[in-house]
Amino acid sequence: MKIRVTVLPKPSVLDPQGVATAEAMRHLGWKNPGRVRVGKIIEIDSPDARPDEDKLHAICRDLLSNPVIEDYTFEIAE
Amino acid sequence: MKFAVLRFPGSNCDQDCLRSLRDTFGEKADPVWHKETSVAGYDAIIVPGGFSFGDYLRCGAIARYSPVMAAVREAALKGTPVLGICNGFQILCEAGLLPGALVRNRGLHFICRQVFLRLENNTSPFTCAGAVGQTLRVPIAHGEGCYFADEATLDALEGDGRIAFRYCDETGAVKAAANPNGSLRNIAGILNDQGNVLGMMPHPERACETRLGSSDGRLVFSSLIESTLGQVS
Repeated sequence: MKIRVTVLPKPSVLDPQGVATAEAMRHLGWKNPGRVRVGKIIEIDSPDARPDEDKLHAICRDLLSNPVIEDYTFEIAE
Repeated sequence: MKFAVLRFPGSNCDQDCLRSLRDTFGEKADPVWHKETSVAGYDAIIVPGGFSFGDYLRCGAIARYSPVMAAVREAALKGTPVLGICNGFQILCEAGLLPGALVRNRGLHFICRQVFLRLENNTSPFTCAGAVGQTLRVPIAHGEGCYFADEATLDALEGDGRIAFRYCDETGAVKAAANPNGSLRNIAGILNDQGNVLGMMPHPERACETRLGSSDGRLVFSSLIESTLGQVS
């Protein structure tokens, strides 16, 4: 199975990478890109047939994201 | 007094710490590899700066799961002083031994220069040799040193006197212009609720000799030595 975990800075945390990227978008002619946040995607390609969602949440919470500053979501493609 | 200086793959300030402790202060200090499972017999633990595990995933996120960190947690709960400097501060936050997190500097740049710190607490084992309001000149060298925590945590840190150092100007004034990285409330270093764990982004071990530009960083180590020897005698 393939799992795709998306991690983004929480809305309450200033994301200077997102601010700088939005500024670059303005330079490219997009007048109002709005709020841009830069995060990361972690792709897991596991030989396991089905996910243990509780375990996956624990790994997202304890390792793949830092809940103080980031939110995560995941999608599972069977 | 015997110090443990942790060493992770990618640590790069471990030698500076060892040298300062041994040569400047004449104390015993051992490097302790991250695979060790015990820190028994050490009076204090230093988690040094660097780029543990290449800062992969997040600064300190992988180091916090190194075997030695379980022993550090146990020692910290028993009251052993633990000092995290720079990447060490990031690791202690990731490990949950200190609240909050260190995020990308507001200006995005890696900053390597001398800054001024205002000492905010002189009741901890790391600051007891100083006076509140005292100004220290110590270098910083980091890209992710912007301290973040929610408002409730910041209020609690302030209310409990757990902010050890704030960025200030040369006159000791804490203001936005003296904040190098966007840290909330100009926070440069914080203590845990027991007061025996300190995390700080500036590098006191790089400021222990006047020929290095400043010897103000000595205060942190001399406080630790004084407070520990005071307990023994």
